[in-house]
Amino acid sequence: MKRKEFLFFQGGIHPNDCKDRTRLESIQVAPLLDKYTVIVGQNIGAPSKCIVKLGDDVKKGQIIAEAAGFVSAQLHSPTSGTVKRIVTCPNAMGAFVPAIEIVADGNDEWGSPFEPIDDWKTAAPAELKQRVADAGIVGMGGAAFPTHVKLSPPEGAKIDTLIINGAECEPYLTADHRIMLETPEKVIEGAAILGRILGVSKIFIGIENNKKNAIKLLRFKALGTGIKIGGLQVQYPQGAEKQLIYSLTGRKVPVGGLPLEVGCVMQNVASTVAIVDAVVHGRPLIERITTVTGKSVVNPGNWRFKIGTPVAKAIELCGGVSEAPRKVILGGPMMGFAQKTLDVTLTKNSSGILLLSEKETEQYGSDPCIHCGRCVRTCPMNLLPSSISLAVESERFDVAEKQHVAACIECGACSYACPAHRPLTQHCRRAKTALAAQKKALLK
Amino acid sequence: MTQHPAQQPTNDSLIVSNSPHIRGKETVPQIMSRVIYALLPACAAGIYFFGLSALRVLTLCVFFCVGVEWLCRKLGGRNTDTWKDGSAILTGLLLGMNLSASVPWWICLVGSILAIGLGKQIFGGLGFNPFNPALVARVGLLIGFPQIMTTWAVPNLGKMSGVDVLSGATPLGLSVEQVAASDGLLQNLFYGNVGGCIGETSAVALLIGGLMLMFWRLIKWEIPLGFIGVVVALTAIVNYHWPELSSPPLFHVFAGGLLLGAFFMATDMVTSPVTGRGALVFGMGCGLITSVIRIFGSYPEGVSFSILIMNALTPLIDRSITRKPFGFRKEKKA
Amino acid sequence: MGIVILAFIIALVVGVVLALIIGAAAKAFAVEPDLRKEALEELLPGANCGGCGFPGCGEFAKALLSAESSPECCPVCQPDSLKKIGEFLGVSVEGKERKVALVRCGGHNGVAISTPYNGVNDCASASLVAAGGKGCEYGCLGLASCSRACAFDAIEIRNGIAIVHPDRCIGCGHCVDVCPKNLICMVPASVDVHVYCNSPEKGVTKMKLCKASCIGCKKCVKASDEDQMISEGFLVRTNYSTPPNTDLIAATGCPTKALKLASIHALPEAPEEVEP
Repeated sequence: MKRKEFLFFQGGIHPNDCKDRTRLESIQVAPLLDKYTVIVGQNIGAPSKCIVKLGDDVKKGQIIAEAAGFVSAQLHSPTSGTVKRIVTCPNAMGAFVPAIEIVADGNDEWGSPFEPIDDWKTAAPAELKQRVADAGIVGMGGAAFPTHVKLSPPEGAKIDTLIINGAECEPYLTADHRIMLETPEKVIEGAAILGRILGVSKIFIGIENNKKNAIKLLRFKALGTGIKIGGLQVQYPQGAEKQLIYSLTGRKVPVGGLPLEVGCVMQNVASTVAIVDAVVHGRPLIERITTVTGKSVVNPGNWRFKIGTPVAKAIELCGGVSEAPRKVILGGPMMGFAQKTLDVTLTKNSSGILLLSEKETEQYGSDPCIHCGRCVRTCPMNLLPSSISLAVESERFDVAEKQHVAACIECGACSYACPAHRPLTQHCRRAKTALAAQKKALLK
Repeated sequence: MTQHPAQQPTNDSLIVSNSPHIRGKETVPQIMSRVIYALLPACAAGIYFFGLSALRVLTLCVFFCVGVEWLCRKLGGRNTDTWKDGSAILTGLLLGMNLSASVPWWICLVGSILAIGLGKQIFGGLGFNPFNPALVARVGLLIGFPQIMTTWAVPNLGKMSGVDVLSGATPLGLSVEQVAASDGLLQNLFYGNVGGCIGETSAVALLIGGLMLMFWRLIKWEIPLGFIGVVVALTAIVNYHWPELSSPPLFHVFAGGLLLGAFFMATDMVTSPVTGRGALVFGMGCGLITSVIRIFGSYPEGVSFSILIMNALTPLIDRSITRKPFGFRKEKKA
Repeated sequence: MGIVILAFIIALVVGVVLALIIGAAAKAFAVEPDLRKEALEELLPGANCGGCGFPGCGEFAKALLSAESSPECCPVCQPDSLKKIGEFLGVSVEGKERKVALVRCGGHNGVAISTPYNGVNDCASASLVAAGGKGCEYGCLGLASCSRACAFDAIEIRNGIAIVHPDRCIGCGHCVDVCPKNLICMVPASVDVHVYCNSPEKGVTKMKLCKASCIGCKKCVKASDEDQMISEGFLVRTNYSTPPNTDLIAATGCPTKALKLASIHALPEAPEEVEP
């Protein structure tokens, strides 16, 4: 037996990963649609500001919304065409946000793309970082945090480790897996570019052990680069930022703190590849790999969709469904968002479209807590979800705060494990929002 | 691939709910039924040693408990199908295992009313009871009907009909000298060929059940470990220094309800702490009180009292033993 | 027998001693009851609703006596009891406008697109999940958080929306804080004409999601006198300082029936309005 190379965090669950449906499906490129509805404000932080008008002609890759502030990202047109309307449409969270509807002219013609930086090995880190910002790259794993912000540690912060997150611990999703299998060179190159920007030489790529072929392939490709590929125990939420950092480096990110406080920066595999596209090929982030899966999808697969593709269209490309879905989820089943309409469009952080049929969609009531402690055992953040939930049920948010609910990462492991089907994750979210609102009110 | 004609999904009746959208397969009824399976070896041993009268007591208790649960819910105007979650069946089985095979039918009825009515439904049902319902009933009966509750049936091998012989004491009731003088007692205790209540007779069957619970990860291992560990340690010390006060530790483990209590009663999820460390404290507390009652008390058996006392302390344990979140650091002084 | 008598005597002695201690304590630590406060509390409604900003009627009475508050602050008191309180305190009480709550959404299940929601049964929690089950982000979720907050049973959940019964509402304002969609506002009870919509979106967007939304056609603005109805973007509101008469409804003929009378809105629905 090989020595256990990496640590693993406490808690966690082992859901059926259901990845077999799309694991072997190579990435297909979606055909050009006649219309894209690009949501403005696809990133965490300040929503971008729309700079196109009705009737404007846009080229592929042209900026259509500008970053509004530092923690914000540029947004580019996914194709060439005309701005038909500026509408409001629901985003993945159900909130109405402005969106730009672009009618494609069918030419898919590039505007003036960036100058490719061929010799990035000698280019100044600042130039590379500017390119990342210009290309509108955000964290494509889910949070959509602008990447250039992560790459700009504050004065005095010492970053010594870069971690590329290829864990993909969410069941069903295989997009990152396919990226690593089909473009391993880009993953390695992107990691090296990020390493150059940050000036670090210690680079890890963390991959869960259920993607053995990706681990082997990347290990082979990374020979001589000094990049370490970590095969990690299959355990949800292995891909959560704090858990992955702990698994790979043994460092614990403080509660309420950022990874850079322990000298780490983490990037998703998809973002890493997008950085290569931006730097080496001069292309902004206008498309992403998304897994479309679920029992009822006729031809589940991994697709390269342009941002702004409606979910309904994406499902149509996969051959439609064999039975009506009861739940449509953007993202994975553990942390993704259930949608109430199929008009919602893909954004930079839509890692998957998951359709659950009537049979797979169980509706749960909430039974009384039987104090079995399963949530306590599974919580990767070492919290007490059972008592937090009881406190929230009686609206005692102060008690929940004392139980450190703010540290909750909403991974959903507690709800998954609860035999009484209590909505523990939702209770934690409720407490977190209520406490945040209280704090905001206090500051005013 | 699928035979159904492909279609385009529509917006109609998409459900929204918070993540996670998939849940584990474990449910409360499943947990309860697994605990019941784990109890079956001990039940079988009880029936084997005490005959059909043991089966009668167990059946009556289960039926009465389910009936009382249904009635309580009905009277309270709440949904009456909670007995289907299996907790009432489990309570009935545990109650029956805590009775002697010779008890009259009405003891089962009174016990069930005490267990389900007073022990559980009065607090609001499963999940809200502070005390283990079966133990509430056992202690209530012990205090209310001491004569009946301390008359134990004697093993009645081979004869499957009624209880013939009654005796007044379990092995625990024997004096220290008697224990020391009797040959093969430990062996009999291990296999179960001793007098006592139905469930606690066979140590080996209880151990099998306990291992099943551990295997299914239904109980926190800290509780039986702390419980039995402390009893063994204390009785060993007392037995070594003052042999006239206590029998050897192995006798204490196998005799009486210690194994039943440590694996099935103290580990009741509702009434034990949620954290592992809390469970260890809980188990050790149970062990300490049990040993003290067994060595110094006037009752020969202390398991039920110790568990009830620790049940009462459970909220306190849960409150005082908190956990620090992952990556918790003490607030730096500004 | 002797032991029984002894026990009896001991119990008696203990009883007498304890009685003496309690009696002495009652004398030594006696608290003078504030007669004025008690009399004032008699006059107050005793609902302990907290609408005055104090924890209960007792605290409010204290505040009144120390002139920290004025009787008008009580939202429950009717004018005649207010007068009595004023006489008791020796202050003049101005007649105040009675205010009632208004839930600015008419999108019941018959007219608004809504999807089933499975989760914690409370509006604030539901609004975290895809902004709730209603198709319209701004609409009433109908999960009764306001209804539960109301101590006077004035908010009813009917067909997926909250409906205020103006006759029962005393205007304590508790419901305003619990609504995660900020749909509830306090309006003068004398005004009966309201716009039951709170979505600032364009009419087209709104109509797709809810047939009872205000599409901003401004018919009511044109039909009313100047300043009676205010148009804000794609939404019209009643101007509560110069409110229109109830006949505006007939004069307008609101195409979506978002313009409604609160008194009619609260009535059990007429059969023809219930559409599947």
